[in-house]
Amino acid sequence: MKKLLLTTIAGVGLIAGAAQADDKVTACLITKTDTNPFFVKMKEGATAKAEELGMELKSFAGKIDGDHETQVAAIETCIADGAKGILLTASDTSSIVPAVQQARDAGLVVIALDTPLSPIDAADATFATDNFLAGELIGQWAAAALGEDAADAKIGMLDLAVSQPTVGVLRDQGFLQGFGIDLGDPNKWGDEDDARIIGNDVTAGNEEGGRRAMENLLAKDPMINVVYTINEPAAAGAYEALKSIGRENDVLIVSVDGGCPGVQNVKDGVIGATSQQYPLMMASLGVEAIKKWADEGVKPEPTPGKDFFDTGVALVTDKPVDGVDSIDTEEGTNLCWG
Amino acid sequence: MSTPQSYEAAVTGSPDQVAEFDQGHQSFIQRLQHALHVTPSLVPLIVLILSIVTFGALLGSKFFSPFALTLILQQVAIVGIVASAQSLVILTAGIDLSVGAIMVLSSVVMGQFTFRYGLPPALGVACGLMCGAACGFVNGWLVARMKLPPFIVTLGMWQIVLAGNFLYSANETIRSQEISAEAPFLQFFGEKFKIGGAVFTYGVLFMVLLVLILAYVLRHTAWGRHVYAVGDDKEAAELSGVNTDKVLISVYMLSGLICAFAGWALIGRIGSVSPTSGQLANIESITAVVIGGISLFGGRGSVLGTFFGALIVGVFTLGLRLLGADAQWTYLLIGVLIIAAVAVDQWIRKVSV
Repeated sequence: MKKLLLTTIAGVGLIAGAAQADDKVTACLITKTDTNPFFVKMKEGATAKAEELGMELKSFAGKIDGDHETQVAAIETCIADGAKGILLTASDTSSIVPAVQQARDAGLVVIALDTPLSPIDAADATFATDNFLAGELIGQWAAAALGEDAADAKIGMLDLAVSQPTVGVLRDQGFLQGFGIDLGDPNKWGDEDDARIIGNDVTAGNEEGGRRAMENLLAKDPMINVVYTINEPAAAGAYEALKSIGRENDVLIVSVDGGCPGVQNVKDGVIGATSQQYPLMMASLGVEAIKKWADEGVKPEPTPGKDFFDTGVALVTDKPVDGVDSIDTEEGTNLCWG
Repeated sequence: MSTPQSYEAAVTGSPDQVAEFDQGHQSFIQRLQHALHVTPSLVPLIVLILSIVTFGALLGSKFFSPFALTLILQQVAIVGIVASAQSLVILTAGIDLSVGAIMVLSSVVMGQFTFRYGLPPALGVACGLMCGAACGFVNGWLVARMKLPPFIVTLGMWQIVLAGNFLYSANETIRSQEISAEAPFLQFFGEKFKIGGAVFTYGVLFMVLLVLILAYVLRHTAWGRHVYAVGDDKEAAELSGVNTDKVLISVYMLSGLICAFAGWALIGRIGSVSPTSGQLANIESITAVVIGGISLFGGRGSVLGTFFGALIVGVFTLGLRLLGADAQWTYLLIGVLIIAAVAVDQWIRKVSV
C-alpha cells in the first residue's frame, strides 16, 4: 500500500514537472457556473485572449450559483498547478477570502471579475461593471420617460435573492437613486419608506422567478406601472405575468445586463431600457493583467476615483430621453453577449 | 361394527363464534386515527382549508378573491404536475430526483427541435414527450432490472440529464416573442380562459385532470393496485404473481412522460424555453408529496394528497408575501410543515388495523 502510494506521488510529481517544463504562463478562470451565458461569454473572451498571448487558460466553475466549495477547491488546484494568476467571480464573496489570501501568499495575482469580494481589497484588483451606475441609468431613464407622472408612479422591485448579494443591492439602490427616491441604508434593499414602492420580491434571476414575483406584486397592487428587474430573464418573466392580465403595454420595465435576448426584447418593446455590461472585456483585460504580472510583476490599477477597474456600462434603449446618454438597440446588438 | 366413533362430538363443546377482535369503546382520538388511516388525503385537506381560512381572515378580499385564489393554482401548476409524477414513484417506495431535469430537458427538446431543426411544433412536442418517457425508462430499467437503489439511479440521472440539457442547448433561451410568432402550439398550456374573476390556464386544467385520472387509476385498476402492492411489500407482490419489474419500469416511464408534459406546461407558463428553469423542481415536488401525506416508505397515500400538498405550499407562499413577510418565513414554515406531516404519518402508522 505504502509503495503504491509513493509511486503515485512520484508519478504525479513527474506529471507536474512535465507541465512546468513547457513554460507557458498559466491563468485560471473560476466562474460561478458554466451555464449562465454571462459566464460562457466571459470564458470565450478569456480563452481567445489567452490564445492570442500564448498563455494557457484553465477554467473552473461551480455547479450552481452559490456553490462555494467547488470554487475553493478550484483555487487550491490553481495554486498547486503553479498558475500565475486567477480570475474569479466569487459565489460567496466573504467566505472565499481566506482561500484568495492563500493564493496571493503563494505569489498569484487574484483579480475579481464582475463581483467584488467583501472587503473589495481582498483581491489584488477588481474588474467589474459599476452596478450602482447601471441601476442609476435605468432609474434616471424611467423617471424621465414618465415625466410628471413619476411623482405618483407605482413601482414594483424584482430583486435577485433574499440573501441580498451585493450586485443585486447595488443595482436596486442605483435604480431608486436614479429615479429620485430617498434611500434608507444603501447597503440593503427593502428598507425605503417611499409610498411609490409597492413592494420587493425575489426572482432568482430567471423567467420562472420573474413571473412568480411579478404575480405576487400584482396581487398586492394590480396598478403597478414601473417595474425594475435585476436582469433580463427576470424581466421576460415579469412581462409574461403582465401579459396574462393584459397590462403589458402600460407598464414600463427596466433591466440590467445587455445579453442578446435582452437587447432583442428592448427592440421589441418588452423592456423599455436596459443597462448593458461587458463580460468579454472583463475577461480579456483580466487575462492581459495576469500576463503583465507574470512578465513584469506589475499589478493592475483601479479606475481613478473608484475602488475597482470600471469596464463600462451603457444604456440601451430605442426611446432616448434628454439628459441620459444611451445607445440604440442596433449598437446594443453589436455589443451584446450570450 | 362397534358404535361409530363420535369424532364430531368434541366440536359441539367448542365455541362456535368466528374469531373476533373486540376493540371495546373507541375513543375520539382512535376513531380519528382510523379515519386518517383510511383516507390519507384528509390531513392535507384540513391543513389546506385552515390555511386558506386563516390567510383569508388576515388579508380579506385581497387574498379571498377569485383572482388571487386562481393565481395560486397557476403558480403551483408546474410543481403540481411534477409532484404527481413524484407521487407515483414514491408510492413504489422509490424516489425520483431527476424529475426537474427531465422536465427541463423535455422542454428544451420541444423548443430546439422546432426552432433548430424546423420540425412542425406538434412533432417537436411529441419528440419532447418521447424524450421524457425515454429518460424515465432508463431510470426504471436500472431500478427494476439492475436492482440499483432508486435514490442512486435518479441522483445520477439528475446530473446526466441536466448536463445533457446544458450541453445540447448551449444554455440558449428561445424568446417568448419568437415562440408566439412561429410556434404558438408550444405555449398551448399557457392559454387562459376566465370564469368571472377567476383565471384558469390549460396548464391548471391539465394538472387537475391529471390528478383526478391518476387518483382513479391508482384506486380502481389492477395496475394501480399493483403499484401500491409493489410499494408496500415487493416480495409479497412478486409471490402473488405481480410482475414487479414491469410495474416498476412502467411507473418510472409514466413519471418521465408526466415530467415532459410539465416541461410543455412550463413553456406555457414562462413563455420562453429556458434551460435554467426548474432547478429546484425535484425538492419542491418531494415537499408537496410529503406534505400531502404520502409515505416515503411506499405503498400508502394518495395523489389527491399531493395535490393538496402543492396547494398548501402555494397558499403559504402567496399569503405570506401579501402579508409583507420576508420570503425566508415561507421556507421556515414549509420546513415545519414537512416535519409535522411526517410526524402525523408516523402516528397514523401506529393504528392497529
